[in-house]
Amino acid sequence: MIYLQLFLSFLKIGFFGFGGGYAMLTLIESETVSGHGWLTAAQLTDIVAVSQMTPGPIAINCATYVGYTVTGNVWGSALATFAVCLPALTLMMLIVAFYTRLRNNPYVKNIVRWLRPLTVGMIGAAALMLLGPETFIDWKSIAIFAVVAVATWFKADSIIMILLAAAAGIILY
Amino acid sequence: MLWQLFWTFFKIGAFTFGSGYAMLPMIEKEVVDRRRWFEKEAFYDQLSLAQSAPGPVALNTAVFVGFRQRGPLGAVIAVLGAVLPSFAILLAVAVFLNDFRGNSYVEAAFKGIRPAVVALIAVPFIRMLKPLPWPMILLAIAAMLLLWLTGISPIWLIVAGIAAGVIHALIQTRGRQ
Repeated sequence: MIYLQLFLSFLKIGFFGFGGGYAMLTLIESETVSGHGWLTAAQLTDIVAVSQMTPGPIAINCATYVGYTVTGNVWGSALATFAVCLPALTLMMLIVAFYTRLRNNPYVKNIVRWLRPLTVGMIGAAALMLLGPETFIDWKSIAIFAVVAVATWFKADSIIMILLAAAAGIILY
Repeated sequence: MLWQLFWTFFKIGAFTFGSGYAMLPMIEKEVVDRRRWFEKEAFYDQLSLAQSAPGPVALNTAVFVGFRQRGPLGAVIAVLGAVLPSFAILLAVAVFLNDFRGNSYVEAAFKGIRPAVVALIAVPFIRMLKPLPWPMILLAIAAMLLLWLTGISPIWLIVAGIAAGVIHALIQTRGRQ
């Protein structure tokens, strides 16, 4: 049963995952945190951090991690990863096959145009959803947030930022 | 040929960090410059479709390159290559983190990391919002607040966006007749 739920959840994430990794986070949150309660918001935040420091797309990293955490074995992990890849695999083959007809299709163009602001909003929602009492414990959290935000604005490397934040965490807590 | 597809995307999967957009220069180098599977223009043309389709861009790119070279089997092999490195690494991380959950150093490190992650998401959000025309900015903020305050599934928002696009296209084509 848990395997079926896992499969369906990550199939949905793969199918409706428009707008890139951060936009997909809202969908991942709604399935794994508020939907099934497989993870806490803090755990999802941890996966995003791990995802930044390891190769591969966030959605796939999440599938592998959640699959293992929920079932406690490799098969759960493989199943969730397979499920999240399945829509991309089938949809993209169709898109490539009908490529010439889709390229200047007015429907495709307008759908892309309308999805753009919505997926940007989804990224904002992802930040708000991860901003809770579990992630912001005290003023030290706020200070780390502020420093990283300013540094990221000036194009600091995200892997270095995470490593520095981890060091700050070990020193401060 | 199949082995080349697998190996090319295995390398891309193993050495590209961060978002799909960060991977694009490496994908282009491998697929266009080195293997010469595509002309640069044709590659970028199809890439724009890969970006607007659902799912991770790196995965979609693996599918279209693999499919163009060797049909459905090529697509599967390329995806397998792209996914295997991150699968193996994340599995190791999951095993490690589930064992070290109680460790006070690991916990302290994550307490420092969590607010940093929120900043790493918030900044690109502001950056992507800025170049949009103001009605689109309002729509993005409305979408954000709707998701955050009501907790509805973003799937409904995506469905609404697709419906709006279809209606928009219908009105446009009507207008032309």
